[in-house]
Amino acid sequence: MVKKVKGAAGKLYLVLILLLLYVPIVILIVSSFNASEKNKAVWGGFTLNAYKELIHDETVMSALYTTLLLAGGASLIATVLGTLVCIGMMSMKKYSKSFILGVTQIPLLNSDIVTGIALMLLFTRFSELSFTTMLVAHVTFIIPYVVLSVQPKVVQLNLSTYEAALDLGASHLYAMWKVVLPEIMPGILSGFLLAFTMSLDDFSVTYFTKAPGIHTMSTMINAEYRKGIQTEIYALSTIVFVIVLFVLFIINRRSEKVARFEAESGVEM
Amino acid sequence: MGKLGSRLLAGPYIVWMVLFTIIPLCLVVYNAFTNSGGVFTLDNVLAIFDPVNLKPLWLSVKMSLIVTISCFLLAFPLAMVLWKYSKNKNSLIVMVFILPMWMNFMLRTLAWRLILLNNGFLNHGLALLGLNPIYLMNTKVAIILGTAYDYFPFMLLPIYNALVKIDRDVINAANDLGATGFVVLKRIILPLSLPGIVSGITMVLVPSVSEFVIADMLGGGKVYLIGNVIEQAFNSGYADVHLGSGLSLSLMGIIVISMLFYKFFDKGEERSGIW
Repeated sequence: MVKKVKGAAGKLYLVLILLLLYVPIVILIVSSFNASEKNKAVWGGFTLNAYKELIHDETVMSALYTTLLLAGGASLIATVLGTLVCIGMMSMKKYSKSFILGVTQIPLLNSDIVTGIALMLLFTRFSELSFTTMLVAHVTFIIPYVVLSVQPKVVQLNLSTYEAALDLGASHLYAMWKVVLPEIMPGILSGFLLAFTMSLDDFSVTYFTKAPGIHTMSTMINAEYRKGIQTEIYALSTIVFVIVLFVLFIINRRSEKVARFEAESGVEM
Repeated sequence: MGKLGSRLLAGPYIVWMVLFTIIPLCLVVYNAFTNSGGVFTLDNVLAIFDPVNLKPLWLSVKMSLIVTISCFLLAFPLAMVLWKYSKNKNSLIVMVFILPMWMNFMLRTLAWRLILLNNGFLNHGLALLGLNPIYLMNTKVAIILGTAYDYFPFMLLPIYNALVKIDRDVINAANDLGATGFVVLKRIILPLSLPGIVSGITMVLVPSVSEFVIADMLGGGKVYLIGNVIEQAFNSGYADVHLGSGLSLSLMGIIVISMLFYKFFDKGEERSGIW
């Protein structure tokens, strides 16, 4: 009896938090279809105008393009650099290893605002702010997430398979490609995904290092939310939400398959 | 051990981190300890003790503590319930709770603006229920609500990931030996999930103490936090790079010192990340 009450309370709590988390998102979505321009809390009829205008809106579309390009490019560079350093660390002494891991902690412990300011000071001193500086800034603050995702996988690596490959005549590079890389792939993937998310979500670092005239979604919203294009931003957020939902659904389907495979075969992937 | 890869593979990373993490920090330090004439001064670093800056700093600390504690109090029970119902860490139910994190941070803040505006969704909802309106927009409460909402997943995930690692047999054993639910929580679950709690608190506290844009969007410029002070020092009409650097350095110092102090509880155990 007590257990049942406890279970019900747990479920109720789950639903309550879920409501709290999703009400703001639902409000954004509903607002994107609301024809009432002045006050979104008052229903003024259903319209798709915001979506039509969105496609032709230079400001929003170019911000979206910049955001995706920046997040994609930065997380790709960060993933390559981060994975290489994790493999390189294996043949290192403890001292150099802890130096590298220590440096990795710096962007994590620094608040975004300090990272942004420090990079801005560097860029403005030696060059001009441009898309490239934004890219460098993003790589810098997302790289730790890659290292922290890949490093545990490298530590768990079973070296015998790699050595076996070498004994059987594989070159170092070939063995690395065929044996080591597949084994640490889950870490690399989740590092990439995390880095991508962090880059998409960033405001502070971008704000301080962005070139005039270039906007990401975050800085564009910050610059425009008081002005007229609000409804288009809500429309954009609806589209973003649907895409994210779709992607997560696919990831979930995939990982469920993996879980089932692991359960049936006893092999851990 | 066979030579797995070469140390040279670490080269690009080290060069990158030195160029873009260490050198920029040195620039902050240099700017913080000099004035516009390039002469050594302590004024900028000590400026944090000026009442004009100390007040926003104190407010930031207070508000970010409220945010962090509320996030923890909401996230810990939730993580426990999720842990009970989910089989692995990728199960759908967990995904559902992480999903809001994938919406853009500014969009999430914008949503709270729609809710809290004086004639926004909250007050329309209250009117429907026949209740009096609450004017939260441009107050500290609005900023706390928005910040807590934005950073909640960063508290939930590390705690949940730590809980998932706990061997359920340990808990079963404790139950068999007669431990009550409370004792299990206190003696087993809390200590074993501590690394997750530590990273959750870090991931919420550090960004929220230096927050400035949420304060801008939900505080309407009426609530002035240390993040706003620093931002103004760089981006306003009376910009002062040296003062801004000095304040940034002080803020960084405060964060690093509190982290070191806080590491006592960490006991060097494996950190559980948010993934």
